[in-house]
Amino acid sequence: MKTVQPHPTEKLSSLHPGEIAIIVSIHAEEPLHQRLLAMGFRTGKKIELIRRARFSGPLQVRIGTTDILLRKAEAEKISVHRP
Amino acid sequence: MKKIALLGMPNTGKSTLFNRMTGAAARVGNWPGITVELLSGKILLGGDMAEIIDLPGIYDLHGFSDDEQVVRHFLRDNVPDLALVVLNATQIERQLSLLLQLKQLNLNMVVLLNMADEAKKYGITVDTRLMTEALGIPIFLLSAKYGTGYNEAMQAATRALRYTTPGLAENLRDQLRQDVQIETEMARVLQHSVQVPARLPDNLTNQLDRLMLHPWLGLPIFFGIMYLLFQAIFFFGQPLQTGVNGLFGWLREAAIVPLVAFLPAMLQGLLLDGVYNGVATVAAFVPLIVLFFLFMAIVEDTGYLSRAAFLMDVLMAKMGLDGRSFVMLLMGFGCNVPALMGTRVMRSRPLRLLSMLVVPFSLCSARLQVFVFITAALFSPEAAPLVLFSLYLFSFASAILTALLFKRYFPNSEPFLLELPPYRFPTLRQMVLRGWHEVQHFLRRATKFIVAGVVLVWLLTHLPPSAAPASADTLAGMIGAWLHPLFEPVGITSELTIALIFGFVAKEIVIGSLAVIYGLGGEALSGALAQQLDWVQAYSFMLFTLIYTPCLSTVATLRSESKNAGFMLFTIAWSLALAWVTSLVFYQTARMLGY
Repeated sequence: MKTVQPHPTEKLSSLHPGEIAIIVSIHAEEPLHQRLLAMGFRTGKKIELIRRARFSGPLQVRIGTTDILLRKAEAEKISVHRP
Repeated sequence: MKKIALLGMPNTGKSTLFNRMTGAAARVGNWPGITVELLSGKILLGGDMAEIIDLPGIYDLHGFSDDEQVVRHFLRDNVPDLALVVLNATQIERQLSLLLQLKQLNLNMVVLLNMADEAKKYGITVDTRLMTEALGIPIFLLSAKYGTGYNEAMQAATRALRYTTPGLAENLRDQLRQDVQIETEMARVLQHSVQVPARLPDNLTNQLDRLMLHPWLGLPIFFGIMYLLFQAIFFFGQPLQTGVNGLFGWLREAAIVPLVAFLPAMLQGLLLDGVYNGVATVAAFVPLIVLFFLFMAIVEDTGYLSRAAFLMDVLMAKMGLDGRSFVMLLMGFGCNVPALMGTRVMRSRPLRLLSMLVVPFSLCSARLQVFVFITAALFSPEAAPLVLFSLYLFSFASAILTALLFKRYFPNSEPFLLELPPYRFPTLRQMVLRGWHEVQHFLRRATKFIVAGVVLVWLLTHLPPSAAPASADTLAGMIGAWLHPLFEPVGITSELTIALIFGFVAKEIVIGSLAVIYGLGGEALSGALAQQLDWVQAYSFMLFTLIYTPCLSTVATLRSESKNAGFMLFTIAWSLALAWVTSLVFYQTARMLGY
């Protein structure tokens, strides 16, 4: 998938706790993509990394009013840019 | 009778609304087109009876998960007269997508924006009049937990029931439009009717999470909470179970024994020690299940279970499980049966099956009784705590080994994306209803199986009639003799083999069965065991008891929860094999080392 990228993008997994970014694109297989959409992961949405679990455990992110846990492997499939 | 389907995403309080509507009158039942059972209840709406069906929470009507298929198939084969769509008002921005998908199906719908009380706290305002206009569907704010807006919602449902739903197309997925259109539509509806503050106020949930999910304190707090829960189940459960046993014992002597007194002795035995004891075994689990789910309701409904998943995920992911499996494994140390039922929170079937495969290795309180008795008989008071502790280690090791060995056969079918809901406290009504529903479920699904199993073991240990009960001349004794070549290398005598056959019913009766087999009780039995066995044999027997099939009730629950007899047989076979190999390795190594 090719997207216009006005800002340098990085992976959601590389954000630090407390950082807010904008979702640029999602490169996930169909079932994961569907679920991400339903959870509110949509291009252009603001996403905040709240915290990470120890030892490369899951990430807690916030989109709007929903807090979501996801593993690092899934977070690597989501590209974001810092405003 | 008109059918009303409750639809919505997970964590929207759909079940809370269902409980408010149907109370304790709900029943589980089967429906055409789907294999899972659904809760439903009949209520009076505007002078007519209507049936409310609680469908599993789904994120997406397009989706590929089991629950999403269940909902699609249900809607196709059981077109409801009305769909009550429950959305979380605080998450209306994203949950609207499900409503727009449902709207394309031309269902007769009423939308309830639940958790209106929470939305207000967040500063989220929804103009239901504008939204109703924009969507052409009646929309109401509701707090299912506290009942605000409930009457209006029910009146709306009654009005809507006058119209009927046109039929649905054969293939629902074809009817759904593309997501892009849904996104535009969402923006259009939300633009005027919903206002969400740009930044949420720092609420209690955030403050609590800073402590509960703290990098260093999170895990100790988690284990502290688990320890307290476990202790509480023990503390309240033990006397309750003793009470139920006492009640059934009293009833037996007072009513059942005189009632069957005229029957031949053999038939009396079958009815009293077979059938009646089977029923009593089932009954003894009732207080445990109620207690367990009272606490489960707290852990789950407060939102702590998702936090536990966050904390434990790194470790459990390596085993193909997730943090919630770990909670169930720990709960299994109280009693395996409700812990197996509790795995229902995991919506991915392979993940659930793998969890159900490991939970029975948890050293439950019934097995602990056996170990305490044997340890006291054969080990010094100084060694006893170490022996018990080592058995707990073997319990964990068996679970971990099993998960590692079989994880590739149970690949998780759902992405690990968990919502972290805000902390909420369940009402007493929610907790009690949960316990009541689970007990009903257990009784309905497991009673016949357990009673049949108890009767079978009674027959094995009492036939032929000429033999002394549980002696070498009974069928069980013959099986024991037949299995002897298998049990000799692990140091288990033929008397102990018969006890293991009893132990298949319940571990609580192992010591009692040894008393029957040896014809001795209490101190005398301890003495006899100490004389006949050395510590290596005793430890080998305890290892076997720990690892092989925990009890008939667990087996019945495995069957009813997995709805798959093959899976049940597999867990029995695997636990027997693992028990035998573990005992063998231990026994032969110890003997080789000269013990």
